[in-house]
Amino acid sequence: MTAIRARRLGRLERPAIAGVLVREAINFSSYWRATTFSSTIEPTIYLLAFGFGFGALVSQVGGMDYVDYVATGTVATAVLFSSVFPAMFGTFVKYKFQRTYDAILAAPVDTEELVTAEVLWIAARAGVYGSVPLLVGMVFGLDPAWGMLTVPFIGFLTGLGGASFGVLVAAILNSIDNFNYVTSIVITPMMLVAGTYFPLDTLPTWVQVLGALNPLHHCVELVRDACFGWAGWVDLWHVGFLAGFALLMWRVAIWRMGKKLID
Amino acid sequence: MERSPVIRLRGVHKSYGPVVAVDGFDLDVPEGTCVGLLGPNGAGKSTTMKMLTAQAIADEGELEVLGRRLPDESKVTRAEMGVVPQLDNLDITLTVEQNLRVFAHLYRVARRERREAVDRAVEIANLRDRRDTKVDKLSGGMRRRLLIARALVHRPRLLLMDEPTVGLDPQVRQELWALIDALRAEGVSILMSTHYIEEAERLADTVTIMSHGKAVAVGRPAALVTEHAGREAIEVYGPPARLAEVEAEAAQLGVRTRRTGTSVSLLAVDGRNGAMPEGERRTTNLEDVFVLLTGEEIA
Repeated sequence: MTAIRARRLGRLERPAIAGVLVREAINFSSYWRATTFSSTIEPTIYLLAFGFGFGALVSQVGGMDYVDYVATGTVATAVLFSSVFPAMFGTFVKYKFQRTYDAILAAPVDTEELVTAEVLWIAARAGVYGSVPLLVGMVFGLDPAWGMLTVPFIGFLTGLGGASFGVLVAAILNSIDNFNYVTSIVITPMMLVAGTYFPLDTLPTWVQVLGALNPLHHCVELVRDACFGWAGWVDLWHVGFLAGFALLMWRVAIWRMGKKLID
Repeated sequence: MERSPVIRLRGVHKSYGPVVAVDGFDLDVPEGTCVGLLGPNGAGKSTTMKMLTAQAIADEGELEVLGRRLPDESKVTRAEMGVVPQLDNLDITLTVEQNLRVFAHLYRVARRERREAVDRAVEIANLRDRRDTKVDKLSGGMRRRLLIARALVHRPRLLLMDEPTVGLDPQVRQELWALIDALRAEGVSILMSTHYIEEAERLADTVTIMSHGKAVAVGRPAALVTEHAGREAIEVYGPPARLAEVEAEAAQLGVRTRRTGTSVSLLAVDGRNGAMPEGERRTTNLEDVFVLLTGEEIA
């Protein structure tokens, strides 16, 4: 029999989080090829399309080669795609169709631990897959730099917020068809108003305000500074914004998921 | 000697908006016994099961499992119990062994005991040859056995089973009964919800019949049958008009009846003198009690 000495178990326990992570890791072993394939091919296509397509028209953006600009911008897109979407669809499928969460919550795991573990897992993946565009970029002429070693961590931090947001969407919406609304109204604009493929500073003020509120914009700025030289306090502000966004989304996701999973 | 209950519910209420699912429900599961929770669909069985793992929170009432109060101490309690859900929620892209390994982690089996725990569960499921087979390649019966074995990977003291054999063919069902019976013989306490009367009759030491969220009868299956339906029944077949006549006659004689669709059963006719409608004599069973107490109408 499992020996559990404390009469009452605490919150956010390591064994509970580890249990959920082990489940994800074992599952990942059955589908990592497909995920890795698409995570590598997608940024390559973006780089080819924007880099060579626009690159023929534009050679320099904001003092950088356009290929460098797009390669770093694509990091943010990759982080977004590998955090928000898996969290939205994965959570919904596991909760509604596979009933996995029923099984997990019947074990000594609480909603808070379940959501935390899922978010950590997805964010870690986003950190890894988010860095792939830099490797692809290097093939197309991006110069390696020591600061790039921090990019997986930037991807992880951004991924925490993105994954929590995805879990929140899955907790609020009752049908997977409604995910389209979120994709059109939130995610696509978020991806574009981030300074990934074109800079925001020449656009109208309202676009710049949206950009300042967009976590992905902070991610992009941070990644560029990591690759081309840190910019001091402003980078700390980006980290702070991303951390704040992640913290807020994490707590709200736990709250809404609890309402959904516990009657 | 009176054994302490592993589950003790008193006056439990649970509503979903205007719908009352569980309405002042009491339940006792004595240690080392198998209790059948019997009731028609919508009686509140599944809601009761969810409350026992704190996946539903009662509005009112006392819930005690393995000596601890729910929902406050639910998590530590869940570590010592196993749950077999009504709907199969195995990870279908994983192998038999991987499914069991995941649950050995979730139920906090110590690292050095994990391998042995998984081996044991594979034996319980009788899936030695299918250890590395993916779940979506297993038959329905194999999946059910794996679902039960998964709930036992951490050697729980208490096993909750929600409709363990629903939707399975008779051979597979009998195989699972043997498995459940063996667990009970090992001393695992079991609470099993079912709407298969034969299942409860064969496996349960005591049965709680649930209707509209309440316990309407509690006892050993045989004792419940004698108490509510007597020892013998007369089964009268005929066209609907004839059946209505028989029911009226029985009512005049003060004999309880139940419909079975094509016939009327006159219950507890043993030792009764006087003219009785003509029909086949048979021994009463738990189904008579079930229909008598939970109503003939389908909700």
